Amino acid sequence: MSKMHVKMTVNGGEVEALAEPRTLLIHFLREQLSLTGPHVGCDTSHCGACTVDLNGKSVKSCTVFVAQANGGAVTTIEGIAHADGTLHVLQEMFREHHGLQCGFCTPGMITRAYRLLQENPNPSETEIRHGIAGNLCRCTGYQNIVKAIRAAADQLSGKKEAAE
Amino acid sequence: MIPAAFDYHRPASLDDALKLLAQHGDEARVVAGGHSLIPMMKLRLAAPSHLVDLQDIAALKGIKDSGGAVEIGAMTSQRDIIQSAALASAIPLLKETAEQIADPQVRYCGTLGGNVANGDPGNDMPAVMMALDAVYLVKGPGGAREIKARGFYHGAYATELKDGEILTAIRIPKPPHSHGSAYVKQKRKIGDYATAAAAVVLTMSGGTCASAAIALTNVGDTALYAEAAGAALAGTSLDAAAVAKAVEAATGIAQPAKDARGPVDFRKSVAGVMVWRAVEIAGRRARAGR
Amino acid sequence: MSPAEGSSPTTAERTAKLEGLGCKRKRVEDARFTQGKGKYVDDMKLPGMVFGDFVRSPYGHARIRKIDKSKALALPGVKAVLTADDLKPLNLHYMPTLAGDVQAVLAVDKVLFQNQEVAFVVATDRYVAADAVELIEVEYEELPVLTDPLKAMDANAPLLREDIKDKKEGAHGARRHHNHIFTWEVGDKAAADKALSSAEVVAKEFISYQRVHPCPLETCGCVASMDKINSHLTVWGTFQAPHAVRTVASLISGIPEHKIRIVSPDIGGGFGNKVGVYPGYICSIVASIVLGVPVKWIEDRIENLTATAFARDYHMTGEIAATKDGRITGLKCHVIADHGAFDACADPTKFPAGFFNICTGSYDIPTAFLSVDGVYTNKAPGGVAYRCSFRVTEASYFIERMMDVLARKLNMDPAEVRRKNFIRQAQFPYKSALGWEYDSGDYDTALDKALAAVNYKGLREEQEQNRADFAAGKTRSLMGIGVAFFTEIVGAGPVKNCDILGLGMFDSCEIRIHPTGSAIARLGTISQGQGHATTFAQILATEIGLPASDITVEEGDTDTAPYGLGTYGSRSTPVAGAATAMAGRKIRAKAQMIAAYLLEVHDSDLEWDVDRFQVKGAPDRFKTMKEIAFAAYNKAIPGIEPGLEAVSYYDPPNMTYPFGAYICVADVDVDTGVTAIRRFYALDDCGTRINPMIIEGQVHGGLTEALAIAMGQEIAYDDLGNVTGSSFLDYFLPTAVETPVWETDYTVTPSPHHPIGAKGVGESPNVGGVSAFSNAVCDAFAHLGLTHTQMPHDHWRVWKTAQKLGLVK
Repeated sequence: MSKMHVKMTVNGGEVEALAEPRTLLIHFLREQLSLTGPHVGCDTSHCGACTVDLNGKSVKSCTVFVAQANGGAVTTIEGIAHADGTLHVLQEMFREHHGLQCGFCTPGMITRAYRLLQENPNPSETEIRHGIAGNLCRCTGYQNIVKAIRAAADQLSGKKEAAE
Repeated sequence: MIPAAFDYHRPASLDDALKLLAQHGDEARVVAGGHSLIPMMKLRLAAPSHLVDLQDIAALKGIKDSGGAVEIGAMTSQRDIIQSAALASAIPLLKETAEQIADPQVRYCGTLGGNVANGDPGNDMPAVMMALDAVYLVKGPGGAREIKARGFYHGAYATELKDGEILTAIRIPKPPHSHGSAYVKQKRKIGDYATAAAAVVLTMSGGTCASAAIALTNVGDTALYAEAAGAALAGTSLDAAAVAKAVEAATGIAQPAKDARGPVDFRKSVAGVMVWRAVEIAGRRARAGR
Repeated sequence: MSPAEGSSPTTAERTAKLEGLGCKRKRVEDARFTQGKGKYVDDMKLPGMVFGDFVRSPYGHARIRKIDKSKALALPGVKAVLTADDLKPLNLHYMPTLAGDVQAVLAVDKVLFQNQEVAFVVATDRYVAADAVELIEVEYEELPVLTDPLKAMDANAPLLREDIKDKKEGAHGARRHHNHIFTWEVGDKAAADKALSSAEVVAKEFISYQRVHPCPLETCGCVASMDKINSHLTVWGTFQAPHAVRTVASLISGIPEHKIRIVSPDIGGGFGNKVGVYPGYICSIVASIVLGVPVKWIEDRIENLTATAFARDYHMTGEIAATKDGRITGLKCHVIADHGAFDACADPTKFPAGFFNICTGSYDIPTAFLSVDGVYTNKAPGGVAYRCSFRVTEASYFIERMMDVLARKLNMDPAEVRRKNFIRQAQFPYKSALGWEYDSGDYDTALDKALAAVNYKGLREEQEQNRADFAAGKTRSLMGIGVAFFTEIVGAGPVKNCDILGLGMFDSCEIRIHPTGSAIARLGTISQGQGHATTFAQILATEIGLPASDITVEEGDTDTAPYGLGTYGSRSTPVAGAATAMAGRKIRAKAQMIAAYLLEVHDSDLEWDVDRFQVKGAPDRFKTMKEIAFAAYNKAIPGIEPGLEAVSYYDPPNMTYPFGAYICVADVDVDTGVTAIRRFYALDDCGTRINPMIIEGQVHGGLTEALAIAMGQEIAYDDLGNVTGSSFLDYFLPTAVETPVWETDYTVTPSPHHPIGAKGVGESPNVGGVSAFSNAVCDAFAHLGLTHTQMPHDHWRVWKTAQKLGLVK
């Protein structure tokens, strides 16, 4: 079973490579593109540590073949900060509210939170908890993660109001 | 964790997909959302040599309202179902169920077609389709055919689908506007399959139940259409005695497996509780006259 | 004084600028983690690196008849396949465990648990390795399986450990059966028996703490790289105790210790799972030596859950003797400890059952006797992990359940029975009947605060009403209130009785101040999310008057860090935190002499004020630590060496004893067995609080683990040796939806023997939390006659309890 030619946009840049079709997107990102932000945490598509944004959707990249992502656009945690290098407000709020400890779930969690706030810019606590239910964390007990996401939502809407 | 190797195909049309299936026979599997098949491939419980990716096939997409029914393309994701204002209005049971499937990421990828065609007794939509008396539209080398959801499932991973056929769409007759429905599911955690779940669709006429359909998830090797349970409610005011009869009829056909969720008597009992609660909620909604 | 503009900062301003002890300093680690720039071991890529993967046994107990590697070796990209036969010439087919046993690195003649390592495949990448694993053919002959620890010492129990079958003496004394590992006894058996036989009331119960797994989100792994030219081995890996790993690696490989470098990079959670040495590490090292290239091994989740250090599996029979008004007169406990196929417990050497003898808990129990029998079964090895502080979770669960069992027997309120038996503040330091000297505690204050915070009286009144409503058929939900008042023991520990394989459990800190007034400190511990780089800088900031943000804290590289025993058992703050303070004081002592020289006064004419030495009575004459730092490199001071650095190796005089009061309110849906956690209040006393934000985070995380354990986690084995709970399909990890909101609170009772009075807190929430949840579930049914029901309190078990009580329709 030979390799295929894949072409996709990753964090805003064009990428071309050869890969076996069975290569999981998470391995393609981590090993061929050296984007080691998203992580592997399980074998059964539960933990969400591998979460990326694929074609505008939160997706567990361990459950997608690179072949399926061919032609698409991927954003990983490495592409969440702004183009000028300033941190996304989610990244700032996770620090502000102690929403991480070992950091292993954090890339997937923030990447998911990013899409969650696109889906719902003003989520309640319950909506946030359901919104991140595909991302497991062993360290924080989620409470400060929820706080951080809510604070980011406030900041983003505050900025929007200021801009208007 | 690492699947076996395969050749990958991404046909642009339904005909091309059917040709590939015909060509490769049981060496080929279609992949829709991938969140049932790919985990199995990673555990090497499935190892097709050819994967036929349906993502580019326009004929499998879209939600159409034809007045008396809705037709949902097989590649419609659970999230698409949740986001559809039309479906939320016409058949709220779909949104209610989709929201209880897996987690947000899985719902972005998982499709209605995948959820109903696989034959996995743990999937939620088959029971819902039975309760709604949905019809599956299928295309194969022999042409197109329609199969009722209530007759589609024969056993675990064993369905009416023949070799080389692809489920293209699901057609659901729209229940009357004043119907009540509910999907009540007990699970150990988000992302878990049901310990037991019940789908109920009913209509009221004045204070009397005019029709009721009840189906169960994950308490048998297929979803179970509890015909007698629904019949036990029809003509009643959904009083406690009637509901108790319906519960008895439903649990009577339940044959759950003992697993980490619990022993057989527990899962059967929970199935009964799910039916009870779903009937209660559906009845309340019907009476409230959405 | 100078005018307002340009006026000198106040003491408060100067203190705040330091971000020292007590402040909610934001973490320095977050910059890299929030941007996906953490460096975990699987992120490493070295030139020529190859990948290892295991063939594992499908059977729980079987003889290996044949291993055929030929098809695997023929697959392009496969570099080697190792079996026990390849390791025998190196004497590495077995490795010593931390508990004085040996463990097969690759199965020798037989397999003893499902998923045991049988062969190690090395290939150019992990996909080829995975394909090759499938091609290795192993012929097994099944043997009878033993998975019930209560049957392990039956006369007809199958023989598991043929390799030690003739050994009548184990590492901890005589072995009385081929599946017996050790018996550990503490206390006064005769006195305890007397107390029981003469008691007005005896409460007896059998309490099981099920096998679970710490399951950090990052699995275990390593990259081993043998530099053949320099005969130097480097291993990067998930090591909670890098120095100990280096010493052990040297002893078993013969490579001299100065030629081995162990590096713990960022670690994605440890929780005790990453303390021991695993076959994957040994095989990677051997493969690297043989192949001359770096070898990476990263286990997957199923491997992690089924073959690495599990936790608990303790089966405890308790008897409490008491007066009829609730005063305890004696306690007896017998434990059957299931260690799996090899005793690989990460306990200090002299403690085969860890510190289980803390099982007298927060109570003044005059006499007690404990005996623990360790046994082998066809299960994965391990036992000490998962925030257990060396079996303290088991001990605390035991006594906190027994207190509720006693309360039921006496028809007394569970909080009042506890209060009645508390060790009183005046009794500290308190010598327990099982041999520990508790450093400090003020239990009454903590309990009062907790009960007031939740309006305990109101909750019990509400429960009365709920019970009446339930009986009247008005509700199908039963309310339970779980109280837990734990005292735990951490900070291992004094070298005279605490060692890991002979390495005393001191810890260390080495500080170097740079000329321009910033500093680097290195410790013998290693953070896996606890935030040491943030918090240890805070300790130093307060000690030496440099801002925490000017102090880099490093851990984990054995080439540069001073020797330490690593991070587990909440020992970092009690031991390395103490070493940090002591090293800081050495810095300050030298700085005082330098300042005296600069200010031309005598040392004793100076006093320390936040960030400077000032002349007593003339505070406008001062030298800041920053100025002193430069002077250390700039001035030739008679009698004082240049430079400004210090090292402290701290041997703690005692353990520390954090404590807490936790209260859980739960509502049990009797028809479904679903328990909703309505409220959880946790009051912790960990002594001096270094960073309240981090403490709160630790408590949130530990309580979430406790919720998981109490309400659903289980690594179970059937009679054939098949393990369930082996993946996230079944192993219960709560999501944000199942996890309730945690209310945290505190009191502060400093440790009198610790330089900054801090006790450590990381494990407390798991210690106290499980008891609070379990007590709540049992309490929900207590009025109907339930004394105890075994964990986990998952839906079906709770429903079964209701069914047995006749509550299910």
